[in-house]
Amino acid sequence: MEVLTLSRIQFAATISFHYLYPPLSIGLGVVLVIMEALWLKTGNPLYHQMARFWTKVFALTFALGVATGIVMEFQFGTNWAAYSRFVGDVFGSALAAEGIFAFFLESGFLAVLLFGWDKVSRGMHFFATCMVCLGAHFSAIWIVVANSWMQTPAGFHLVETPLGPRAEITDFWAMVFNPSAMDRLFHVLCGCWQAGAFLVVSVSAWYLLKRKHLEFAKASMRVGLGVGLVAALLSLVSGHDSAVGVAKHQPAKLAAFEGLYETTTNAPLVLFGWVDEKNERVIGPAIPGLLSYLTHGEASKPVTGLNEFKPEDRPAVQPVFQFYHLMVAIGFAMIGLAVFGTWFCWRRALVEKRWMLWLLVFSVLGPQLANQAGWFAAEMGRQPWIVYGLMRTSEGLSAVVKAEVVLASLAMFTFIYLLLFALFVYLLNDKIQHGPDAADLTPTGKLALPLRPTPEGRAEA
Amino acid sequence: MNFPEWLDLNTTWFILIGVLFTGYAMLDGFDLGVGALHLFTKKDEDRRVLLNAIGPVWDGNEVWLVTGGGALFAAFPNVYATVFSGFYLVFMLLLVALIFRAVAIEFRSKQPMRWWRRMWDVGFAFGSVLSSFLIGVVMGNIAWGVPIDGRGEFAGTFLGLLGPYPLLLGVTTVALFAMHGAIYAVMKTEGELQQKLRGWINHTIICFIICYAVTTMATLLYVPHMAARVRDNPWLFSIALLNMLAIANIPREIHHGRDWRAFLSSCVAMLALMGLFGLEMYPNLVLSNPNPAHSLTIHNAASSQKTLGIMLTIALLGLPVVLAYTVSIYWIFRGKVKLDRMSY
Repeated sequence: MEVLTLSRIQFAATISFHYLYPPLSIGLGVVLVIMEALWLKTGNPLYHQMARFWTKVFALTFALGVATGIVMEFQFGTNWAAYSRFVGDVFGSALAAEGIFAFFLESGFLAVLLFGWDKVSRGMHFFATCMVCLGAHFSAIWIVVANSWMQTPAGFHLVETPLGPRAEITDFWAMVFNPSAMDRLFHVLCGCWQAGAFLVVSVSAWYLLKRKHLEFAKASMRVGLGVGLVAALLSLVSGHDSAVGVAKHQPAKLAAFEGLYETTTNAPLVLFGWVDEKNERVIGPAIPGLLSYLTHGEASKPVTGLNEFKPEDRPAVQPVFQFYHLMVAIGFAMIGLAVFGTWFCWRRALVEKRWMLWLLVFSVLGPQLANQAGWFAAEMGRQPWIVYGLMRTSEGLSAVVKAEVVLASLAMFTFIYLLLFALFVYLLNDKIQHGPDAADLTPTGKLALPLRPTPEGRAEA
Repeated sequence: MNFPEWLDLNTTWFILIGVLFTGYAMLDGFDLGVGALHLFTKKDEDRRVLLNAIGPVWDGNEVWLVTGGGALFAAFPNVYATVFSGFYLVFMLLLVALIFRAVAIEFRSKQPMRWWRRMWDVGFAFGSVLSSFLIGVVMGNIAWGVPIDGRGEFAGTFLGLLGPYPLLLGVTTVALFAMHGAIYAVMKTEGELQQKLRGWINHTIICFIICYAVTTMATLLYVPHMAARVRDNPWLFSIALLNMLAIANIPREIHHGRDWRAFLSSCVAMLALMGLFGLEMYPNLVLSNPNPAHSLTIHNAASSQKTLGIMLTIALLGLPVVLAYTVSIYWIFRGKVKLDRMSY
């Protein structure tokens, strides 16, 4: 295989594996903030026990996120040196901002979140939890901004330098708020919140099925379903906005998402199907006019098809179409699950509905699959460009790196990551089987300090 | 933010990148060093104490490397691209070492089985030593100079990166971090373990001083461009002197039981070493050897003035906050390590 293919496979493999963890950290971060806030508000030790248990799960996902994340930062330079030279002025700034604003915040307060239970007051601990959650969100902001700039470059101009042309910033805020950045950020976060929320839902459902830790499971389930429902519904909104943006700024990508070859008015929305690339059509049930309507608000307007683009400027239609449709299908399934789950939970009937609990046990896979599929659609849909319309992926490689070297590193990462994944599942399962600690129902250390009476005689934390 | 005319942004960023990597050496240096000493302790409890001594902070320490890398990418993209693609295998090995280290810390104490802990102990120690060594090798190559062609691309080979001088710097870095880590570990422990560690400090200091002396000799003899810089600017000797005084002060402070001052001395020694390194390199970031005309400098490798200015604004906003909570975190976790059920 050639360097291009190998480097793309390596990037895809390492980022896919990495991306199992940050969404869990972001989603669980929100869940932890809610649980600790509930504990501070109500003083109910059950919430303390929940926060402690989910913190341990959080720690595991965070550690793997850190370990696999540093690979990503290095890889721009190791495998995509020409790209790095071309975009460093723009893309590098976003990455550096991520380090300064997000990673320090996250990792610093993580220490307090994990090890500070007995060292700081409740309020300080809650603050640390909020900061970790905020840091995780900041990192999402900067990395999505950087990636969105690759999709819809803005706020830059091209400059000739002695070492070749490159993009330089002209307007920092135009770069940050490039046309797709905010829609995509919102959509990415919705996916992350669901990943964390449905992990909580899944584990809670498992406990309910096994009739273990019932109070803990019910309370965790409520928080998980609450976050999951909101995030799943918001996903629909943000996904729609994002797709309208793609239609406007990356029409070739949208055409590949929908498998649309001919530019037509009254463009149909294919629900699912198979792209017949030879005859340039999609075989599958479709709703006439819906794609035009969703894109423009009226069916009579045209949607650009793939035939408007030269064959060498088109992405690979079949995989992009399938990944995109998989993501959308799972997105709707998650909404359905969240709505029914919340309904049964509300009616206090969830414990009896064993089939529903089983569905919820497997719900953890949904957001993970949808996140992966969504990113595959987004990144493969951008091809053949590494920076849309400016630089081709094939032009971004490192000039000095040979295929056999990349093959070696790819084999190495594959081996290590399979090992890490097996260990992660083993340890996560171990934590789940062990369950929450009964001892956590009685807080210790500084957290156990009795409520201090104020002069008015009211209790204050 | 608008910066005054007289401010040379390229030089400022040369210094800031230096600050980030020096911060990395001073902070992650001690937890890598603790890793290097890990296998010398035999009792499970001792190992746990050592792990928990760095437990709350190692992750934040590593962020200095991540941010340093990001800043290098943004401020000097050509250096980032040339070095990372040119040193491909070195960086891949470094990644493996850092990954194993990170997960070893997290996974080790999650299971009680002897083989499980043994496996991660080895992973942690091996990852720590290998990371320190490779960081030294990279520094050594930068100091020695690497072949660079007219397009700014690396023109050497992987084996060419493993010359005697870079390997020597690799070993020196391991010794430096081990010494730094031993001092930190003494600060965080008590009782029998602390006594044992106290004994080791002297060994690590001796190891480091030998390595350091050999490195200095080698630099003066075989790296003429570094030596010439010192000859032309005799005041640089004062930094070298400061460095030696700081190192000499370490055993003295340890002897008097003022551990934190020994740690501070070790930090000063690192600061002086990095300062000297920076001053000898400036304005080059990567020296081209044998053809110095192709060197990557703070001018031909830099981003635009606009971007350097934006980045400086970001750094001025961010760094004070980062320093503030780094200090608070170390303050919250001050004192001796006590194992509890949240510990590693």
